[in-house]
Amino acid sequence: MDIQVRVWRQTDSADKGRMVTYDVKDISPDASFLEMLDVLNEKLILDGDDPVAFDHDCREGICGMCSMVIDGVAHGPERATTTCQLHMRHFADGDVIDVEPWRAAAFPVIKDLVVDRTAFDRIIQAGGYITAPTGAAPEAHSVPVPKKDADLAFEAATCIGCGACVAACPNGSAMLFTAAKVAHLGLVPQGQPERDTRVLDMLQAQDDAGFGGCTNAGECTTVCPKGIPLTLIGRLNADYRKALRNSNS
Amino acid sequence: MGQGLHTVIAVAVDTKVPQAAVASKAALAPSRKRTSSVLLKIIMAVTGITLILFLYLHMIGNLKIFFGAEAFDHYAHWLRSVATPLLPRTWFLWIQRGGLTVAVIAHIASAAILARRARAARPVKYVHRPKVQGSYAARTMRWGGVIVLLFVIFHVLDLTTGTLNPVGDKQHPYANVVADFALDRWYVTLFYTLAIVAVGFHLRHGIFSAARTLGQQTARGERIARASALVLSLVLVAGYLAVPLAVMTGLVD
Amino acid sequence: MTEFWNDGDPIADTAAPDGPIETRWERRKFSAKLVNPANRRKLTVIVVGTGLAGGSAAATLAEAGYHVKSYCYQDSPRRAHSIAAQGGINAAKNYRNDGDSVYRLFYDTVKGGDFRARESNVYRLASVSVNIIDQCVAQGVPFAREYGGLLDNRSFGGTQVSRTFYARGQTGQQLLLGAYQALERQIGLGNVEMNARHEMLELIIVEGKARGIVVRDMVTGEITTEMADAVVLASGGYGNVFFLSTNAKGCNVTASWRAHRKGALFANPCYTQIHPTCIPESGTHQSKLTLMSESLRNDGRVWVPKARGDKRAPGEIPEVDRDYYLERIYPAFGNLVPRDIASRAAKNVCDEGRGVGPGGLGVYLDFADAIGRLGQKAVEEKYGNLFEMYARITGENPYETPMRIYPAVHYTMGGLWVDYDLQSTIPGLFVVGEANFSDHGANRLGASALMQGLGDGYFVLPTTLGNYLAAGPFAAVPQDHEAVVEARTAVEDRINRFLEIDGDRTVDSFHRELGHIMWEYCGMERTEEGLTKAIGLIRSLKDEFWQRVKVPGTGEQLNQNLEKAGRVADFFELGELMCIDALHRRESCGGHFRAESQSEDGEALRHDDEFAYAAAWEYFGADRKPTLHKEQLEFEYVHPSTRSYK
Repeated sequence: MDIQVRVWRQTDSADKGRMVTYDVKDISPDASFLEMLDVLNEKLILDGDDPVAFDHDCREGICGMCSMVIDGVAHGPERATTTCQLHMRHFADGDVIDVEPWRAAAFPVIKDLVVDRTAFDRIIQAGGYITAPTGAAPEAHSVPVPKKDADLAFEAATCIGCGACVAACPNGSAMLFTAAKVAHLGLVPQGQPERDTRVLDMLQAQDDAGFGGCTNAGECTTVCPKGIPLTLIGRLNADYRKALRNSNS
Repeated sequence: MGQGLHTVIAVAVDTKVPQAAVASKAALAPSRKRTSSVLLKIIMAVTGITLILFLYLHMIGNLKIFFGAEAFDHYAHWLRSVATPLLPRTWFLWIQRGGLTVAVIAHIASAAILARRARAARPVKYVHRPKVQGSYAARTMRWGGVIVLLFVIFHVLDLTTGTLNPVGDKQHPYANVVADFALDRWYVTLFYTLAIVAVGFHLRHGIFSAARTLGQQTARGERIARASALVLSLVLVAGYLAVPLAVMTGLVD
Repeated sequence: MTEFWNDGDPIADTAAPDGPIETRWERRKFSAKLVNPANRRKLTVIVVGTGLAGGSAAATLAEAGYHVKSYCYQDSPRRAHSIAAQGGINAAKNYRNDGDSVYRLFYDTVKGGDFRARESNVYRLASVSVNIIDQCVAQGVPFAREYGGLLDNRSFGGTQVSRTFYARGQTGQQLLLGAYQALERQIGLGNVEMNARHEMLELIIVEGKARGIVVRDMVTGEITTEMADAVVLASGGYGNVFFLSTNAKGCNVTASWRAHRKGALFANPCYTQIHPTCIPESGTHQSKLTLMSESLRNDGRVWVPKARGDKRAPGEIPEVDRDYYLERIYPAFGNLVPRDIASRAAKNVCDEGRGVGPGGLGVYLDFADAIGRLGQKAVEEKYGNLFEMYARITGENPYETPMRIYPAVHYTMGGLWVDYDLQSTIPGLFVVGEANFSDHGANRLGASALMQGLGDGYFVLPTTLGNYLAAGPFAAVPQDHEAVVEARTAVEDRINRFLEIDGDRTVDSFHRELGHIMWEYCGMERTEEGLTKAIGLIRSLKDEFWQRVKVPGTGEQLNQNLEKAGRVADFFELGELMCIDALHRRESCGGHFRAESQSEDGEALRHDDEFAYAAAWEYFGADRKPTLHKEQLEFEYVHPSTRSYK
C-alpha cells in the first residue's frame, strides 16, 4: 500500500518545528507502524536526508518507550494498543497520516518525535515505592493479601509509563499515571505505612513538574494501551483527602 | 531493505507553526511549590455542590409561580423573614448571599488557576487536533461556566435589584417575572434559556466530576454518579425552563 | 583445528570455597571482607544497565551506603528489557508441599543446563531464590494469589514441581518495576546518580583494575569519562547479533564486548536459546520477533502438511495429509518436548520444504482439538490474551485458523566469564545477570532468567563486591591520566570514523545481513562446514561495513544511526567469535546442536569426556586469533546423564 505521512520534524529543543510530508510506497499491510517508519528512514538515509528520530525499544507493547500521536490520537486509532503494536492494515491505501510527538510542557521535545519523560521518574522518586531495603524482608507468606486487592493492585501496576495519558489529556495532566502507582502500592498491606506521605509527595512532584490538573474528562483512559481505569483517580483523590486529614491531626 | 520501495519526499512545510516548541526550564521546575491541583479540585467540588443545592432550592421557589401571583409574592416576601425571630429580618438572606458569593469566587478562582495551569501544560498545540473522545460536557466546562457567570450578573441586576427589569417592582416579583419573559423581550428569554442549558451541561459533567474528586472510585459508583448527574441536570433544566415557557404560552400571566 | 584459535592455559574459579555445597555460600559470605559503613560513602560504583540485575544491584548498593552511578540507554531505567519477560520466576519455596527443595531446584538447573554449568554457582542461585520472593513481596510486587490470600504457583517449562511465581503474563514487568522503584527511591535520596540515555562505549583500566567507563550522552553527543572504584556490567544478552530476535531493538553487546577487548574473557558465546513459539516473520520489513508463552503447547498441536509445497489453506488439508511431527517423533512427550528439541524439529520440517506461511518459515499450532474438547470459552479463558496478541500482530483469528509459529532467538547463556564472586578476569569489573555466563550452562530453564538477575543484583553482588572494595578507596584517577585519555580518544576516533565513511549502505542493511548469516550457520543447527563458511562471510561483510556504511548526521546530536553503527560493529566481532566457539565445540549440548554430533535417531550427543568445560576466550585484536582457556567443570553432586524425551 502507498501512504503519505506528515511527520513533526524538530532538529532539537531550540528549534520551532514543523510538519513535513513524505510519501511512503509499497508498504506491507503486515508491517507495524514503526516498521513503516523504518522503511521511510532507510530511504531518507540513502537520499542524504536526516532520518526521523523516534523512541522505541521492545516493540512488543510492554516497555512504554514508543510515543507518537497518530492522527490526533496517542498511540493511534486502535484501542489498547501501543504504537509498536499498531499495524498498517488498519490504514487504507492512499491515507494521509499525521504523526506528532507527545505534547506537554513537562515532556519537552528532544528531537522530532522523541520527548523527555524524566518528569515521570521524578514523580516515582517522590514516593512511588515501598521502602524495603534488601535483606530486611519478612517471609513472603507472613502477610496474606486478599485476592481481590492483589488483582486490582496488579491491574493498576500494569501501567507502562508511556505518557499517552498526558498526551491525550486536554489539561496535560499526569493524574492517571500517578493514580495507578498510588493505587497499586496503596492496595497491598506492605504499602500502608507510607500511604499518606506517598500520595501527598507524588502529587506535589506531579504539580511541580508542570503537569495540568485533572478535570475527569476521561481521555487518558481511552488512549491508555493498558486500559488503566479512570476509577483509580477517584481512589487517589480519596487517599489524598485522608492523607490531608491525617497530616492535620 | 526491500527493493522497489520508492520514498518520494515532497517537502510541504506547514505554514502554521506553533509558537514555542519547548517549555522553558523555569516552567519545568518551578522553584515555588504549587498548591495541590487536587486540593483546588476539592474546593471546586465542595463549592459546586453548595451552588447546586442552592439552585435546587431556588428552582422549587420558582415553581411557586404556577400557584398564582399571590402565592409567589408571598413566598418571595417570606424569604426576607427566614430565621426570624432568631435573626433580624433579611439577615439570613444576606448571610446566604455572602455564602454564595464566597462559593462562586472560590469556584471560579480555583477554576482559573487550573485553567491557567492546563494551558501552560501544553504550550504547543497539536497540529492534528485530537478527536473529542471525552464527553462534550466535559470539554465545555470552562466556557459554559463563563456563560453562566455572565447570566448570574444579569439575573441579579434584573430580578434581585430590578435595575434592568421593565417593571422593577420589588413588592411584586410575580409581575417582574411575567414582564421579563414577555414576547417582545425574546432576547432575555433566549439568554435565559442559553444560560440554563449551559448550567445543565455544566452539571452533567460537574456532578460526576465532583463525586470523582471527592473519592468516588468504583465502576458501579461511577455508573450511579453519571446517571445521577444526567437526571439532576435534566430536572434542573426542565424546572427552570418551565417558568419562561409558561409565561410565553400564557399559562402564567 | 587451530586455523581460527590458539589454545591457552586452563583457568579456574578460585573464589568458590570447597567442601559441602550447601554451606559454600555461607562460608564465602563469612570470609568476605567487610567495608566499614563510614567508608562506603567514599566508594563509588558504576553500574551499567538497569534491568533486573543492574536495577536491583544499584538500589541495594546505594542502600548499603555506596555512591552509585547508574547508566542506561533507554529514557528511563524502567524500560530495560527484563520488562518483557512473561512466564515467571522460580523459587524453591515448596509452598505446594510437592517435594521441591533448594537441592531439587539446583539439580533441575544443572541438568536443564545439559551439564555445562558450574555447580557452586547454581546451588547458590537456588538457595537465594527464596529470599528473592520475600524481597519482591515486601516491595509490593503484585504476584498472582489464591483466594486464601497466599501466593499462587504454577508448573513451568516441563518441571514436575510447581515452583514458578508469576504475575499474569507480565512477571518481568512487575519484578522490574519493584527494582526500579527501589532504585528511584535511592535516586531521590541522592545516593544514586542516574544517567538515562547514556551509552557505555569503553572500559577504562588503570593499573590492571577496572576504574571507569567512557560514556556518550545520547541527547547531546557529549563524551565523558566516568571514574569509580569498581565497575559492574549488567548490560544483558547479545541475541540481537541475529538481527531478528525477541530482544528489544536497543539490546546490544557493546558494554560486554568493550570489556572483552580490554581483557575480560568471554565464555561460551555460542550458547544461545532459541524459543519455539514465536510469531513468524511476515516480510522483509520485519524488525523484531514476538514471543508467545510456551504454555500454548499444553493444548495446541503442532503440525505441517505431509507433502512439500502444499499450498492449500490449513482448513482444506485433511487429517490424512497432516504430519503431527512432534507427536510422531516423540510419542512420550509429544508437543511438550523441551524448547531446543521443539525448535530444531520445526527447523527440520521447514528445511524439508514443508513449512507454512510466507517464505515457508512456519509451522501450525492448532487449537481445533482443544476447542472441540474444552469449548472455545475454556480455551479463551486460558489463552485469551495470547490469542489476542497473535491476532493483533498477524491480523488472523487463531480461533478459526491455526496459529503459525516459528522459533526465534530468545536468550544467550554465554557472556563474560566470572568467578564465584561474579568478578571477571579484570579485577574490579563485575558482571551480573544475562551479561555473565555463570548459571545456566548450555541451556536455560524457563523462569530462571528472572531468578538469576535478581539473585545476582540483590544478594550476591552486594556481598562479593564489598569484599573487593574493602581494599579501597583506590587512588583517584585524574582525567588526564594516560589510560583515561587513551580510552576517550579511542571512542572519539571510532565515532568520527563512522561518520566519515559516508558510504552507500545503511547500518540496518548490514545488521540484517549479519543476522541472516548467524541464523543460517550459527542458529539451531551448526556444522563444521557451515561455521567455517560463516566466519569467512562475516569477515568480508565486516570489511564491507567499514568501507560502505552510511551514518547520517553528526556526533553532537541525538543520532540513532550512529548508536546503531557502534553496536553493529561490535556484533560483527562477536558473531565471529560465536562461530569459532561453535566450531571448536564438536559436541551437541543444550542450545548448541552440532549436526556431526547426534545419535542414530537424530538426538543431541554430548561428549563429556572432551567438552565438560566452559570455553573462555581471550581477545588479542580484531585480526588475530583468540585464545581458548578451559575451565574444567566438576560434577560432584549431579552426575551427567543423557536427556531423552522419546
